[in-house]
Amino acid sequence: MSVKITTRQVGDVTVVDAAGRITLGDGASTFRDTVKDLLAGGQKKLLLNLAEVSYIDSSGIGELVSGFTTVTNQGGQVKLLNLTKRVQDLLQITKLYTVFEVFEDEATAVRSYK
Amino acid sequence: MEEQLESTLESVDHAEEQVLREAREMGFDEDAQHEIGISLRECMVNAVVHGNRYNARKKVHFGVARIPAGLEILVGDEGDGFQISEVPDPLAQENLLRQSGRGVMMIRAFMDEFDIRSRQPSGTEIRMVKYLANA
Repeated sequence: MSVKITTRQVGDVTVVDAAGRITLGDGASTFRDTVKDLLAGGQKKLLLNLAEVSYIDSSGIGELVSGFTTVTNQGGQVKLLNLTKRVQDLLQITKLYTVFEVFEDEATAVRSYK
Repeated sequence: MEEQLESTLESVDHAEEQVLREAREMGFDEDAQHEIGISLRECMVNAVVHGNRYNARKKVHFGVARIPAGLEILVGDEGDGFQISEVPDPLAQENLLRQSGRGVMMIRAFMDEFDIRSRQPSGTEIRMVKYLANA
């Protein structure tokens, strides 16, 4: 299964709910297009809810990083919510836990945005 | 089992299915299956995208075998070759925000053996092994 992405607004934070696999091909490009569209629409406070993401490959990790960089360079913020153990492990292995702010509770995450 | 596959992303899915079926039958647990699957995808994507560059005239050489220690996987391409020393360290602070270059590191983290060698007359072959705990 490729990735399925829906978005919802909580205050001025856009929560991006992703489910499935973020891998080279459909998954990673769907993810990239979503971030691009949100930025184009002026939404710069993005909270990526990865609770239902079962699998991310290095291309998917690359898209997370690219989204983070693009949004940050435009004065926005990207944070992560509800990582599965496997995605958490990947962030450890790639040392990206030092880059992303990660939350386990949505309300706390939403409150953390400036 | 050895196969010559087209240089397409469909071949990546096909190889993943073969390897995961073998891993399941051998008794690898779900976490190990996930690690084998992701490592296989990284290898196959490297072969299709970076090695053969989707060239329809070039094949991906894929093999999976049960060995005494566990599961052995071979993935070869017919590309121009690959120098692992040329891949920037993805864990260096200055490279953390690079979009690519993490595949080999992930494979090394997930598999027990990882070797890379040149193929003749051209290309690169990766051999990796996942140990079966009770093998």
